[in-house]
Amino acid sequence: MLYFILRRFGVMLLTALALTFIVFYLTNLPPNLEKLAKSEASARMTDEDVASWIEKNGYATPVLRRYGEWLGVMPGWTMLQEDGTTRGRCIAVGSDPAAAPRFCGLVQGTWGKSTVFKEPVQKILGRGLSQTAWLMLAVMLVMVPTSLLLGVLSGMREGSKLDRVLSTIAIASTATPEYVSGVILVALFASATAGLSPILADWGWISGKTLFQGTATSAMDDITFWNFALPVATIALYGIGYIARMTRASMTEVMTQQYIRTARLKGVAFRDVILRHALRNALIAPFTVIMLQFPWLLNGVVIVETLFNYKGFGWTLVQAAGNNDIELLLGCSVVAVLVVLVTQLMSDIGYVFLNPRIRLS
Amino acid sequence: MGEKLSWGMILLSMAQQFLPVWIALVATYLLSIRYKRRLGLYGKLFDSPVGMIGFGIVMFWVFTAIFADLIITHDPLGQLSGLKNAVPGSALKAPKEGDYLHYLLGGDHLARDVFSRMVMGARRVLAIAPAATAFAFMVGVTLGLPAGYFGGKLDTTLSFFANLVLAFPVILLFYLLVTPEIRVTGIPTYLAAVLFIFPVIFFCTLFNSRFFTNPPKRNLYVGVTLLIGLWAYSGLAFNADPLGVWSMDPNLLNVFVSVVFVNSPTVFRIVRGIVMDLKARDYVAAGQTRGEGPWYIMLWEILPNARGPLIVDFCLRIGYTTILLGTLGFFGLGVSPESPDWGSTIDDGRKLLSIFPHPALAPALALMSLVLGLNLLADGLREESLKD
Repeated sequence: MLYFILRRFGVMLLTALALTFIVFYLTNLPPNLEKLAKSEASARMTDEDVASWIEKNGYATPVLRRYGEWLGVMPGWTMLQEDGTTRGRCIAVGSDPAAAPRFCGLVQGTWGKSTVFKEPVQKILGRGLSQTAWLMLAVMLVMVPTSLLLGVLSGMREGSKLDRVLSTIAIASTATPEYVSGVILVALFASATAGLSPILADWGWISGKTLFQGTATSAMDDITFWNFALPVATIALYGIGYIARMTRASMTEVMTQQYIRTARLKGVAFRDVILRHALRNALIAPFTVIMLQFPWLLNGVVIVETLFNYKGFGWTLVQAAGNNDIELLLGCSVVAVLVVLVTQLMSDIGYVFLNPRIRLS
Repeated sequence: MGEKLSWGMILLSMAQQFLPVWIALVATYLLSIRYKRRLGLYGKLFDSPVGMIGFGIVMFWVFTAIFADLIITHDPLGQLSGLKNAVPGSALKAPKEGDYLHYLLGGDHLARDVFSRMVMGARRVLAIAPAATAFAFMVGVTLGLPAGYFGGKLDTTLSFFANLVLAFPVILLFYLLVTPEIRVTGIPTYLAAVLFIFPVIFFCTLFNSRFFTNPPKRNLYVGVTLLIGLWAYSGLAFNADPLGVWSMDPNLLNVFVSVVFVNSPTVFRIVRGIVMDLKARDYVAAGQTRGEGPWYIMLWEILPNARGPLIVDFCLRIGYTTILLGTLGFFGLGVSPESPDWGSTIDDGRKLLSIFPHPALAPALALMSLVLGLNLLADGLREESLKD
């Protein structure tokens, strides 16, 4: 078991290094650096000016070396300037060069500074992630019980009318990506001119103009059902169908097992068979699926936060990518890659614990 | 100046505009149901109501894409004054001779006809999504077969790379790969050079493994494949076709390559899994005893037996690719800003969503129905292929 975890951990580390290097390479391509130079210094720079700016700010060294510096395993660059002062990656402007640390990178906790928000990357990411955590929590609370219930109900009697109806709902939900369901939900519930809101307002059932709010900006300070329901529903809707289908497949398989038949023949009530015998075994497979949904949710979060203007992690990623904010984008991708890899590891290990039939040695 | 249309009239006029599609659909269904016993898996599809509905929706959009020029009522890029954000059914302010008199689904924020843009969008989406999926399948199959069949170091290496791509958050990858800057560096071209060679390799190996005992025939098939394949390859990947028949807009190439790149590892994993399952079968052992080569066994014994799950996944994956293309458009990374493809149109429309929902709603519903159709079709195919 320990060997298994260690090996998985090793592969994970290797993947993380490879992925961050790819992101680093792609964000530090020459055209991106040129753009950075122009946005940081002046938009009307000549090509020589750009080259010298890149040289002066330590971007001219080979990409592997720069990756090492960013990671914190290679000493940061230093440069003696014409006026006698030393500039360097780890030397803050106006501080004593001798007192500056030799290494400053990801490992040392220096994630760099965002060029768009003019703030340290960690601070922005921390703020964004805490906002997104609330969104994720709400999504999980809605998505997991709903999808498991749908899956168990439709898998319990395969081919029944209930199964047909619920399966069709599940298919329809997987066919609706977030940017489609978001648009439909807003048009239906949060538009003052179309959908249900004008009708309900006419009848006097709702006090405001719309049933729900079309933006979640106010939810950043104060989460209410009114401003948070639509974003959460949008993300959850896409995931529900997938998890429900997996649960259904797993449930139908369990229902054909001998021990279920034995329990039925013993005279145990159908409800007790489901609750006591089938459910536990049927929920092993969906567990893995739910864990692996996190990376997918990341996609949903980016789309929904952009659509509803909720300034969390996904919104930050879009801002960083759209504005060529290299350090912030690198920080975002570190977080994203970690989320993906850690959930993969957790789902693997959790699967082994949950399923006693898997022996590792 | 004409009158504003009511919703009933709008629906009726739209149904009338879709007339060529209805005719084509009815013809397809009549012919298919008439000859369904002779059509193999395709014919069996018409035994399953779910599959039939799914197929109907998919074919509706396919025919819409084909007949788009007959269906549209206005130029999808043309802007008419006074129809900015016009509600569905609005009449033209100053119709010229021969103009269609209404904006059936209203106008968008640049006063373009939402209906025509939606119809033209179908053409954009259906030109890219199936082709990109097919390329992803070529890559996935060509690499997945040997990985599953031989196993060992090859499998470990390929699987590591596949997992690497799969661990990438898709949106981040798109943001990194689909930018105007990246075209300067030539990375899309390199990616295309690697990804587009796989169909050529696939078909060459396919014919070579089958006909290598019969050199004249082998030389003919492989020669023709190489000729056409490399011709298309030079044009599509490097835009260097000497005759100028094959070419791809650099922007489109960028989008296309990224979508293929994201999809192929999943196909690889599926093919690898199926091959690992099938290679333990008796007919594979029999082939090995007869002295058949590994590539013949993979391509002519295992692959045909794996077609059921692969066809089902192909349908699902076209849907997923459509969603991916929409995502790209939604983030403004699409083919071109003017393009009527559904993702970009949704992106355009979302800014005024709570006041004028119709410009975003029409493409959103279109995209949803196409993906739903593909999912239902895949479900029907799965059910019918399991019945054998």
